[in-house]
Amino acid sequence: MRKGRAALWAAAIVAYLFLYLPLAIVVVYSFNDSRLNAEWVGFTLDWYRKLAGNDEMISAAINSLAIALVASLVSTALGTMAGVAMHRYRLRLLPVLVLTPIAVPEILMGVALLIFFVLLNFTLGLVSVALAHIAFCIGFVAIVVRARLAGMDESLIEAARDCGATPWQAFRRITLPLIMPGVIAGALMAFTLSIDDFVITFFTAGAGTVTLPLQIYSMIKIAVTPEVNAVSTLLMLLTLVLILVAARLSPSLLRTRPD
Amino acid sequence: MAARAGVNWGKWAVSGPPLAYLIVFFAAPTLIMALASFRTPGDFGGLAPLVAPDGTLDLNLESYARLAESTAYAEVFLKSVIFAIVTTVACLVLAYPLATLIAQSPRKYRDLLLLLVILPFWSNFLIRIYAWMIILGPNAALARGLNGVLALFGVEPVPLLFSSFAVLVCLVYVHLPFMVLPLYANLEKHDRALLDAAQDLGANAWQRFWRITFPLSLPGVYAGAALVFIPALGIFAIPDILGGPNDTLIGNLIKQQFLETRDWPFGSVLSIVLTVAALALAGLAAWIGRRGSAGAARA
Amino acid sequence: MALLDIQGVTRRFGDFTAVDRVSLAIEAGEFFTLLGPSGCGKTTLLRMIAGFDVPDEGRIDLDGADLADRPPERRPVRTVFQSYALFPHMTVEGNIAFPLQMARVPPAEIPAKVAEALEDVRLSGFGRRMPQELSGGQRQRVAIARALVTHPRVLLLDEPLAALDAKLREEMQIELINLQREVDITFVYVTHDQTEALALSHRIAVMNHGRVEQLDEPSRIYGAPATRFVADFIGQCNLLSGPVVARDGGILTFDVPGVGAVRATAAEGQPDARHGTVALRPEKIRLVADPSEAAAPAGPHGRGAPHGGEARAASFGGDPTHNHVRGHVADLLYMGDVTVYRVETPGGARIEALLANSQSGRAKFFEVGDAVEMSWAVDAGHTIAG
Ligand SMILES: Nc1ncnc2c1ncn2[C@@H]1O[C@H](COP(=O)(O)OP(=O)(O)OP(=O)(O)O)[C@@H](O)[C@H]1O
Ligand SMILES: [Mg+2]
Repeated sequence: MRKGRAALWAAAIVAYLFLYLPLAIVVVYSFNDSRLNAEWVGFTLDWYRKLAGNDEMISAAINSLAIALVASLVSTALGTMAGVAMHRYRLRLLPVLVLTPIAVPEILMGVALLIFFVLLNFTLGLVSVALAHIAFCIGFVAIVVRARLAGMDESLIEAARDCGATPWQAFRRITLPLIMPGVIAGALMAFTLSIDDFVITFFTAGAGTVTLPLQIYSMIKIAVTPEVNAVSTLLMLLTLVLILVAARLSPSLLRTRPD
Repeated sequence: MAARAGVNWGKWAVSGPPLAYLIVFFAAPTLIMALASFRTPGDFGGLAPLVAPDGTLDLNLESYARLAESTAYAEVFLKSVIFAIVTTVACLVLAYPLATLIAQSPRKYRDLLLLLVILPFWSNFLIRIYAWMIILGPNAALARGLNGVLALFGVEPVPLLFSSFAVLVCLVYVHLPFMVLPLYANLEKHDRALLDAAQDLGANAWQRFWRITFPLSLPGVYAGAALVFIPALGIFAIPDILGGPNDTLIGNLIKQQFLETRDWPFGSVLSIVLTVAALALAGLAAWIGRRGSAGAARA
Repeated sequence: MALLDIQGVTRRFGDFTAVDRVSLAIEAGEFFTLLGPSGCGKTTLLRMIAGFDVPDEGRIDLDGADLADRPPERRPVRTVFQSYALFPHMTVEGNIAFPLQMARVPPAEIPAKVAEALEDVRLSGFGRRMPQELSGGQRQRVAIARALVTHPRVLLLDEPLAALDAKLREEMQIELINLQREVDITFVYVTHDQTEALALSHRIAVMNHGRVEQLDEPSRIYGAPATRFVADFIGQCNLLSGPVVARDGGILTFDVPGVGAVRATAAEGQPDARHGTVALRPEKIRLVADPSEAAAPAGPHGRGAPHGGEARAASFGGDPTHNHVRGHVADLLYMGDVTVYRVETPGGARIEALLANSQSGRAKFFEVGDAVEMSWAVDAGHTIAG
């Protein structure tokens, strides 16, 4: 038995190393005083300084943040409604439409939206990317909100009605405050999904618009440079904070992650 | 709540806006793409007019026929399926001990251990690919060490980066948590008394695993397999960045049709075939899983 | 006119009838209890009174006005939920203030009313706590305070004490009785615990399979059960059934299989029943050592042997006012204050008798196998027709 346990630990440690070593290397080399991501030479903050002067990168970051902000706000509102509707009513179409964008390969949604926007003569750019992001974030928010509602004692709503509250007052005063952590967690998750998204953005951004992931993509297609390490480290830091906050608010959230 | 009849305005007020949004920005685009797969490519990319000059509707199966024209497409498709299967199996092998360990550890550490599995996957997808560019790069310790050893045996140095190997490693890396989570969710529910009973009846550790734990975990295995297989089949960024010239997968083909060749109908055909295949294979796995678990419950 | 008039109310779920043509008239100021086994439809009936569910048939009137079209928030009825349903994101004060706010009571008047309600349930000083920081009994009282603060006409309580431990439950029962008297609000109380129902209520409706089996005062429910179900459900009861073989004024003689002739006073209104059941409470039976056995002590093999080869255990022994039945103790259940003896008659019937262990120095009067004689007055049992 003890031998089996040791083997299990060994296998698990290998798996954890496999998960973390690559990311650790990215972070460590972002402070490395060498152009090559090959061996440790010495500590420097040069790459971060270079980043601060990189106008392309900064405008890509601003685009990403703007899109993520809009997409997370809108998808949180719509996703919360969807979560509430799916919890409260027996619906057929909405659950299908909410969940399929999560279930099908991402590339499908990317190309379908590309065709859609082009056929409508809709200029590809920040707006089309945000509209696309909202569409796939709604499902994630809805799932978190619905999980929160499912954990809520149904008799609280009845108690509120019993105390003289109308359905709307019961929702405003009881349901909404109680699902708020789920809503905020959903919003943070939508923000992270949007700022990280590559595939759908790739198809819906058009030629002129660049987001952070697109910028990173074009950089690593050309060459590996520690500047990418630096921007990656910052981005990882941002998502780490967002996700840890979201996970505190809604522990079930960590168990749903798309790609 | 009180009235059981009449139009439910509240229901439409709440479900209407998200429903409308998803119809416009998900259902409609998907249907338009499905329709596009029956149309003719335009002279300068995009689509030829739906209504031809002579007034007939331009709908045909030519793009579907193209699939059969050349074995190249079948090869790409086959390669994608093989890569996805290899990824799924590798994820299973890596995830199983990890999920077991988490499920068996004391309750208070479980969430932390689980968090540690999931956290890397909330980091940007491209960063995770990029990390492997560094690790597998020609100047990195791994490649130099390996090629140093190979040189001792007089073997030519092999490139690690831009190879099928790199693509597979990264596919596994990116999809591992999708396997760990459902497996853990399943293993966590197992009743330890079953194993004790089996031991009491004389089963050794190996027998206990193959006769008890594994059959009972099959629903988790199939759920994880579906979650890994579907996205792995449609991936394009990983082969695009880490793969060699021969590592074109179906995702890359689709990207080509839309952004380079600009042949939308054929790109749509490929997307539809990809989606149908992914969902069908995952559905098949789930169906087998349900039968398997029903069988396990009977046994 | 009754305050709450329930007329022929029926509620079906699919083919299943959860509440079946229930009619009840509940008076103002009454402590009224719905008692019945799990699944008999108590909660369903309560939810229809509160407005969370709608009857398929029948009507519910409050003060003579039909409630049908009024949603829960517009009924002067409050519910105390079994799970308490305290709002977890509000303080105790916030919870109690909620119905006042909904009723648009001027904000300036709210604190005083909240304080008064807290005082009523003896929780002054707990207003700033969150519900999670209270014990089960305290939460219960907050739920009651919240329900009472707007002085509803009717308070509905669905098994409010079910989650409390035995000792606390008893305390809360006394508090509920006092509270109901003080606030003078009609309580409709749901429970499946018969002792609770007997202790608390002015009147009890015993329900089974969605129907009301008996509606009566507690003493009548216990002492004069109208049906076999009620007799069996309320406390322990021996049910001695058989055909009526003799009739002597108001006294019927039943031929009970395994026991023999049993005499009992006829129930009102059913003088000419042909078949009946005597419901006999175990504590009504006097249990003594079998006098004939004591005179000629039987050896170990003689125990339990029928007397003189006769299979009949019952005899009047010339005593016109009592039944006498012989048997031996088949098993016994020592419960501290009392011991329950299950006596088997020579004919194979089993009758439960209960003795208080009040005599000093003795824990048990009899052992398993002892020959005993049971006797009870002819009017000790209650006769049920059919
Ligand atoms: N919404 C519903 N749908 C279908 N059946 C229901 C529903 N609500 C109640 N029932 C059924 O109606 C019957 C009565 O239920 P009810 O909750 O009124 O019982 P109860 O007397 O309160 O029991 P308990 O003491 O267990 O609370 C049960 O058999 C229950 O399964
Ligand atoms: Mg109930």
